[in-house]
Amino acid sequence: MFEQAKRAVLCGLAMLLLVACGGRGEPSASAASGSGSGAAAPVALGAEIRMDGSSTLLPLSEAVAEEFQKQRPSRVTVRASGTGGGFQKFCSGELDIAGASRPIRPSELKACAEKGVGFMEVAVAYDALSVVVNPQNSWVDFLTVAELKRMWEPAAQKRVTKWSQIRDGWPDEEIRLFGAGVDSGTYDYFTKAIVGSEHASRGDYTSSEDDNVLVQGVSTDKLAIGFFGYSYFAENAAKLRVVPIDDGVAANGPGPVAPSAATVLAGTYQPLARPLFIYVTVTSLARPEVKALVTFYLGNASRLSKEVGFIPLAASTAAAVQARFAEGRTGTLFAEGSSVGVVLDEVLKSGASAASLGSGSGASTGK
Amino acid sequence: MERDASSLSRVERPLAERAIEGLLRLAAMVSVATTAAIVLTLGLESAAFFSEVTPGDFLFDTQWTPLFAERHFGIWPLVCGTVLTSFIAMAVAVPCGLLAAIQMSEFSSSRVRFWLKPSVEVLAGVPTVVYGYVALIFVTPVLQKMMPSIGAFNALAPGLVMGLMIMPTIASLSEDAIRAVPVSLREASLGLGVGRVSTIVRVVLPSAFSGIAASVIMGISRAVGETMIVAIAAGQQPRLTLDPTVPISTMTAFIVQVSMGDTPHGTLAYRSIFVVGAALFLMTFGMNLVSYRLARRYRRLT
Repeated sequence: MFEQAKRAVLCGLAMLLLVACGGRGEPSASAASGSGSGAAAPVALGAEIRMDGSSTLLPLSEAVAEEFQKQRPSRVTVRASGTGGGFQKFCSGELDIAGASRPIRPSELKACAEKGVGFMEVAVAYDALSVVVNPQNSWVDFLTVAELKRMWEPAAQKRVTKWSQIRDGWPDEEIRLFGAGVDSGTYDYFTKAIVGSEHASRGDYTSSEDDNVLVQGVSTDKLAIGFFGYSYFAENAAKLRVVPIDDGVAANGPGPVAPSAATVLAGTYQPLARPLFIYVTVTSLARPEVKALVTFYLGNASRLSKEVGFIPLAASTAAAVQARFAEGRTGTLFAEGSSVGVVLDEVLKSGASAASLGSGSGASTGK
Repeated sequence: MERDASSLSRVERPLAERAIEGLLRLAAMVSVATTAAIVLTLGLESAAFFSEVTPGDFLFDTQWTPLFAERHFGIWPLVCGTVLTSFIAMAVAVPCGLLAAIQMSEFSSSRVRFWLKPSVEVLAGVPTVVYGYVALIFVTPVLQKMMPSIGAFNALAPGLVMGLMIMPTIASLSEDAIRAVPVSLREASLGLGVGRVSTIVRVVLPSAFSGIAASVIMGISRAVGETMIVAIAAGQQPRLTLDPTVPISTMTAFIVQVSMGDTPHGTLAYRSIFVVGAALFLMTFGMNLVSYRLARRYRRLT
């Protein structure tokens, strides 16, 4: 009798704890997240399609994978170990598709070439890298690029610690910084666009590859400021306030500009608007299910982008991307590895005539 | 030599016995070999680390930013974070655990105790990742209601939750120690007309001291080695401070952060996690040694 009662108490306690914790667990336990493949059908699913890479792009890739699997029985796994981590696996041939929030870097291009991994680069959407503060923050009306730089540059480490050091009149209180971890393409892009050189930032901030952690941090701390992809802001818009950015270039729209579909497409949300890509290996594209997935991605990116908080490519840009994919052109259009301030249309146009980097290795791989 | 007594199993038994002995020895060797391998790996990688970073920088710099543009390799911010969270945890776990132990051993009827002890021990079995999110999305917001200035990531919430997690360890081990105190001591004290509380405080607890101390040191070791809770809720931002309201990082949290990312092997940043690991190993090793000594003394006393 005792034994039973004891067990009941134990079970009850354990379940209480689980319920108490599970009920609120919106932030995913880790950056990695499997796509809920509900298709347990005994149909031949074909080999697994492996996607990894940018955590910024994750919501879109997950949405695409989910719908694709409903339409066509297949096994698609989507993970997010960051753009850098994704390319590392991609170039060693462990992935079919790598999501990227920046173009492939020259060093990664080299790694791919060494392993004979040829690839196609497909732009799928825009992201507006959003700078956000807590809704209770009453002083930040906008930020200039120079101010952001003062906040984030390596020289700021341990020296710029108060809001009052950013602009006169702001409170003499601590700035609590939240940002992408050093493995993410978001970090690379942000440092390149704001500080001026990739991978250069201060080290004394709360960093995470999991954007939900950053949302949690900024949304519960009045003194916080952080940056992450627009979709994470859109999803948590009630808990965050987005900061308009002034890049000081009149041609990009005078004064501070807030991120939105309109400002990104008009090219005025600079320098933090950026294209997002997927990279597919040439060998994987030979598999019908991978080709079908990429085609599906391209066909539905625009609609799903709106649903999960990305900015769809303009119709003309999307058409150019589709044409490039249909032609089977391999390699990257961003030889120097950065897309800060780049207009996707122009790059695609120039790419239509010139041969792009990395295409040679792609054509020669037949393994 | 004794085997001569059983001439019957002269052939089979030694063989079976030897096999079993061998198996047992193998089992024992597994942990020894693992420890040796860990020490070796930590030692080699740490040596490689110190060929690039001077021990002076490691011990006297006040910043720890091996992953960033402006690199610093001062270990103290991480040690400080570890000590801070562990201290908070022990401030919760020791009083609660000890009082629970006294309650269970001295005041509970055997029936209540029969229920209470396993219920308390359930807390020790909850996965630490669950505790981590409890700290982040339950405890921190509650603390923010009381102290608006506290950060979304801080040392206090994970410290408190860690204390809750360690409390059962201390309660359970201390309870064993307290129960091991001979009843005759209590009876003698009570017989002299000493009150019940005084008997516990003046007679029982001192007698059980070394067992209680060993349990506390076990608890500290757990707090120092705890990873998930601090990785989730403390902020992963190494800084040299004893302020429990701001984000910090601990040694374990740093190791997790680096090893989950894609830091290339063989780089200085990669080696830094082995150095931190070695420092952590030394810390817990030292404490386990003390705990072992105390536990031995305790066994001798009873």
